[in-house]
Amino acid sequence: MRRVAAIAAAKAAAALSRRLKVGGGTALPGLLAERIDPAIVPEMARRLGQGSVIVTGTNGKTTTSRLLRGIVRKAGLRVVANRAGSNLMRGIAAAMAEAAGLDGGFAGAARRLGVFEVDEATVPEAARALRPRLLLFTNLFRDQLDRYGEVEHVAALWRDALRGLDASTVTVLNADDPSIAALAEAAPGEVLFYGMEDTSRGGERLEHAADARWCSACGAELAYAAVFYGHLGHWRCPQCGRSRPGAGIVASSVGLSAEGSDLTIVLPAGEVRARLPLTGLYNAYNALAAAAAASALGVEPAAIERGLASFTVGFGRQERLVVGGRRVQVILAKNPAGLNEVLRTITADGAEKDVAVFLNDDIADGRDVSWIWDVDFDLLAGHVRTLTVSGTRAWDMALRLKYAGLQPLPGVEEDTTAALRRAIRAAPEGGDLIVIPTYTAMLQVRGLLARWGGRPAFWEEA
Amino acid sequence: MEPTLRLAHLYPKAMNIYGDRGNILCLERRCRERGIAFEVADLELGEKLKAKECDLVFIGGAQDREQRRVAEDLAKVKGKALREAAGRGAVVLAVCGGYQLLGRYYRTAEGEELPGVGLFGLWTEHPGPGAKRFIGNVVVEWRGGTLVGFENHGGRTYLDEGVEPLGRVVSGFGNNGEDGGEGAVAGTSFGTYLHGSLLPKNPRFADHLIETALRLRHEGFELAPLDDRVETQAHAAAVRLATRRGIISV
Repeated sequence: MRRVAAIAAAKAAAALSRRLKVGGGTALPGLLAERIDPAIVPEMARRLGQGSVIVTGTNGKTTTSRLLRGIVRKAGLRVVANRAGSNLMRGIAAAMAEAAGLDGGFAGAARRLGVFEVDEATVPEAARALRPRLLLFTNLFRDQLDRYGEVEHVAALWRDALRGLDASTVTVLNADDPSIAALAEAAPGEVLFYGMEDTSRGGERLEHAADARWCSACGAELAYAAVFYGHLGHWRCPQCGRSRPGAGIVASSVGLSAEGSDLTIVLPAGEVRARLPLTGLYNAYNALAAAAAASALGVEPAAIERGLASFTVGFGRQERLVVGGRRVQVILAKNPAGLNEVLRTITADGAEKDVAVFLNDDIADGRDVSWIWDVDFDLLAGHVRTLTVSGTRAWDMALRLKYAGLQPLPGVEEDTTAALRRAIRAAPEGGDLIVIPTYTAMLQVRGLLARWGGRPAFWEEA
Repeated sequence: MEPTLRLAHLYPKAMNIYGDRGNILCLERRCRERGIAFEVADLELGEKLKAKECDLVFIGGAQDREQRRVAEDLAKVKGKALREAAGRGAVVLAVCGGYQLLGRYYRTAEGEELPGVGLFGLWTEHPGPGAKRFIGNVVVEWRGGTLVGFENHGGRTYLDEGVEPLGRVVSGFGNNGEDGGEGAVAGTSFGTYLHGSLLPKNPRFADHLIETALRLRHEGFELAPLDDRVETQAHAAAVRLATRRGIISV
């Protein structure tokens, strides 16, 4: 009875907040549902005939989850999923309430699979509540140290979460990230590794933002035959011999262009070739991770290929829209390793770009903006036509960019609306503007662009 | 002869967690723009510090696991030379985890006692895993002006009687959240919890360190002014944000 009341209340709250346009209708309904029925998530999770999947990691949660959802739909499953970025327990509760009928059950329950992106620190609680059949870990980088604490602390949370699960739980791990690969020791059951085999994009040295420099077993500095991004690569400990585990699911070829990427993924059951409308090596990793999880769920390669091919870009993740005669591309910036890869991607074609960076320091962005000093902004040198900086920490960003030696110096406009308008005007008509916001700035930018460009707001998207 | 600033950067890989690279970039830029040559010796675990071959020593912050290894390296490999360098008047700047390790000891959340270098008359204790971390923007009144930054530490630092703090907290927690002190000064050694990064947004403090370090070998050396308009704006914005929002605790 409590469950039915919780679902009804959540549905009403979601409808109301959407009607009043006060938000995406995710936080409040979830909180309400949990308040009325604290057991709503575990109870509803048991009603998912195909069980649940948890997708977590520092970078790639949202895109990987979206890719995985697209794939399992092609395999004929019905998905229950939380909305982009709504990855705390309340977001999961809201997703359950939204997908459920007013009788407290799911229509077509036998074919229902939960695919939830989960905040790093929420993994223990989500794992206890969902009892997932599969957990997918993408990578572990320093991110919002003021909120999550140290990288090692997050890894310890994940190990504890894994140890509390049944032996039937499958753990899917990125072999190229030493911190993620080490989770295998805590995995309760079967472990599958995925990794990048195409080394044509690999560098030889770790960048400044690399976090897992040391062997988790003996503490010696790791050696790399190839570095893909951050500390992801083909690694080996010269002292104790621990090394990147052999991956059963690999990207054997990755072709990147300004418009997208061509991937060949080798799975135990066959090969998959896909063209994605996403650029950057980090998105090749996201596709690989989604394919690995789908394969572990028993999805056929043909469905994986169709799922990847049908992908459309998501909320704040490399979406492009036309505003004021300019093509505006929004790329979310979260942490040094991710942003470095974004900078590498947008400068790859050698053309000069108009760029606007929005740096906020709200809790969801990370209160501490020190991380911008770990980003290699000098990658932009010689590639920028105009540069606008904004956000609550606009002057911090302006100073960082001054140190990166960028010419001309950025224009500073603390007000988000004025800055976005100015950046769009600064770009040539018919040209491209690249907008790089932190999380809360992305919500603001996205709202403004929707208003100016008429694109539907995010809660109306798939 | 063109003067040279010789920087010894201790543990650039192990101790680089909170944007400490910004401090190095700042020192380098503020020297180069004035025609002062800048040399950096990156000294990792196991590598010796040469007390007479540095004018400025920098040590940043680290995660707990690395801090343990660094404490061991300081005790066995670099600690003595660091005290000698400070003794001959070289400038030492220690931030966060590095600051904690230059006191007498640091007791971790688990109760383990890591020995310190003893450059500062202070000690640091973490009250335990459940204790509140001191996290947020900080504004400090320093004798050369205000200092702005961000702090994120579980350890509480207490100064011996007679030891001078770097400044008084205007907004934030500082050394221990009780006595209003932030950081410590001992001769030409400076310790602080402020990152953010510290030096780029506090150009006067950066210049104070550079000038003090250069005077060690070039008596009476004076720094020419630089165009600090962006720096000044960033500093002022940080003061505004920190004082408008008040103390942030998580």
